[in-house]
Amino acid sequence: MSSHKAIGGRLFSVPFMVLLVIFLIGCFFMFQRFTSGIGSVSNLNGGFAWGIWVVFDVVIGTAFACGGYALAFMVYVFNKGQYHPLVRPAVLASLLGYALGGFGAFFDMGRFWQFYEIFLPGNWNFNSVMLEVGLCVAAYIIVLTLEFAPALLERFGMHGLLKSLNKVLFVFIALGVLLPTMHQSSLGSLLIAMGHKVHPLWQTLHMQPLFALLTALIMGFSIVIFEASTSAVGFGRHSESGLLSKMGKVIVGLLLTFLLARLVVLMLQGKLGLIFAADFASLMFLLEMVLFVIPLVILLSSERRSRGGQLLIAAVSMLLAGSLYRFNAFLFTFNPGPGYSYFPSVSEIMITLSIIALELMAYLVLVKTLPVLHREEHA
Amino acid sequence: MKRRDFLKATLGGTAATLCTTAEARSNLEPAPEAVGMLFDSTLCVGCKACVSICKELNDMPPVTDNNQQSWDSARDLSGETLNVIKVYKNGDAKTKDAEINGYCFEKRSCMHCVDPGCVSVCPCTAMRQNKVTGIVTHHPDVCIGCRNCMVGCPYNVPQFEYNELFGQIHKCQMCNQAGLERVDKGQMTGCAEVCPTGATLFGPRKALLQEAKHRMQLKPGEIYNYPRGDVSKPYSHHEKEVPAYRDHIWGEKEAGGTSVMHISTVPFDKLGMPAVGDRSAASIAETVQHSIYNFMALPAVALAGLTYVVRRNTDDDNDGGES
Ligand code: SF4
Ligand code: SF4
Ligand code: SF4
Repeated sequence: MSSHKAIGGRLFSVPFMVLLVIFLIGCFFMFQRFTSGIGSVSNLNGGFAWGIWVVFDVVIGTAFACGGYALAFMVYVFNKGQYHPLVRPAVLASLLGYALGGFGAFFDMGRFWQFYEIFLPGNWNFNSVMLEVGLCVAAYIIVLTLEFAPALLERFGMHGLLKSLNKVLFVFIALGVLLPTMHQSSLGSLLIAMGHKVHPLWQTLHMQPLFALLTALIMGFSIVIFEASTSAVGFGRHSESGLLSKMGKVIVGLLLTFLLARLVVLMLQGKLGLIFAADFASLMFLLEMVLFVIPLVILLSSERRSRGGQLLIAAVSMLLAGSLYRFNAFLFTFNPGPGYSYFPSVSEIMITLSIIALELMAYLVLVKTLPVLHREEHA
Repeated sequence: MKRRDFLKATLGGTAATLCTTAEARSNLEPAPEAVGMLFDSTLCVGCKACVSICKELNDMPPVTDNNQQSWDSARDLSGETLNVIKVYKNGDAKTKDAEINGYCFEKRSCMHCVDPGCVSVCPCTAMRQNKVTGIVTHHPDVCIGCRNCMVGCPYNVPQFEYNELFGQIHKCQMCNQAGLERVDKGQMTGCAEVCPTGATLFGPRKALLQEAKHRMQLKPGEIYNYPRGDVSKPYSHHEKEVPAYRDHIWGEKEAGGTSVMHISTVPFDKLGMPAVGDRSAASIAETVQHSIYNFMALPAVALAGLTYVVRRNTDDDNDGGES
């Protein structure tokens, strides 16, 4: 019947309890946010209207949640059926990541009580990149829910419904490729209108959507490798590095495209000199480049590629690289003008951490209770 | 085989879209009867009468600094301040309007951009530009508080009330928001009306630009009869020596231009004006967005192609008895 199974085991493990504590602390500050306003918990100000809630929870968080996207792309579009075992856990992680990104966007929203205004067609401003991001992310959360639904239906033995869902699932899988392509590239386009406030090394104007899309895919593949490697260790499961190393080739292509395009664009825009300006931005840029090159070095050698540990290093490095790229562009080197500075407050950070904790807790519980992970062949 | 099909479908879709791609959008043009203000930094004496009247007209409390309330001590724009007068100081700050060892005043309020970033980025059309007057207004009834207008404004003008649970965005609406409508009623803006020296001058953008250009042409040291209030019908004049203006009208061209323009003797970057180019960021963002999406045509084409490919591939999976 199903090729997936719940791994079972104790729900209230030690890691789970630690996450629970973090989550509860965050809840306290979230309560404060919804009783006394954003200003009472965050350091957001007139120049830095977007802090870690937008940049980490939404812009970076959804890139972490691109595993489902990257795999859907590989498995269904390029017809590499052999990657199937990894799809379900990736879709689950994506669903959780996006749902919590959506939640992050909600509590960051200054006028949360009328959030629905963005869903009313009469209000739509088709020139707005934000509109596209908002609608597209909302639609994708629904699509991910439907993509993950088979796991639930299997668990509760609803075979009739499962059958009919499977018949139309291809539509949602196609949407699952299209929607992230749209909104992940748009996350980059958000930077264009921010004009001079974005540091020239990251203000690549017309090329913003391309770089955002490439980092989304790179991070998406990395998170798949990361999840598979850690669940192999954490849950004592068989390593799937055989499959993973094959993904390496695709990633190498993405990394090379990214690095090459990044440098060529900077050259064409006459900004190469800024890389060696020896200031904070140039340092950040170089760090980012190093983080993109490390995985390239690992993945280019077939010998290193097949070793689980090396693969994990490559994945972590790419996750850091992609995150740093987005952090740099939106926050670290962002300069709204004289008189403004920003560093997140403790409560702001705690709220973000608690969201991550919630995401991890939900993942742990769901893989233990629902058929998510692939059934072992040599059990 | 299939990969090629997919690539073909994608390339076909992309090519089709590129052919119908919207022309790169250039900067918007000023509205036909655009109204605005001209701020002449050399005339401003820093009395902050404009800050005070602005608060009064917009029902906002004065900001106090160490309980010293003279007029208003707001240092920058905020959820309760739509207009501030900032001070530039250099060296011993002895000479007014001198760049070196001098000081001068600079007004900060919405520039009412000709091609406003805030309007372009707002997902809910809560920022609107009047087609006739060019005035940019905010409409909190549809605003979700995403604060994209704040990051999308080159001048950090829109400000959110962070300290309120049910806060809103505030910005100068040229005293013409529903309920005040000074411009519609034929009055001038509050800040221009109370300005004792005509440093803040109200009027049609065209006339203000002409006035600014005229001042650039005057010889330093000459006596000029400066108007107060509305440039097209000044309520009075005063004579003053012409300073050594920089040949730069901020807002004539910057990022498509603004309806509130500034002139000064101190370079604008020293007065905290941003390094915007001639092309508005909004016009670039919209060009990119519309080229990619061309009003949702590409996504639709791409979805059709993807669905086709995915369907074939999932069917194969079922037949092939994968896993
Ligand atoms: S200055 Fe800012 S708020 Fe005012 S119109 Fe321009 S973009 Fe909008
Ligand atoms: S905060 Fe309100 S006005 Fe500003 S962009 Fe968002 S929805 Fe529009
Ligand atoms: S036009 Fe009105 S709202 Fe705007 S700064 Fe002047 S007084 Fe304030």
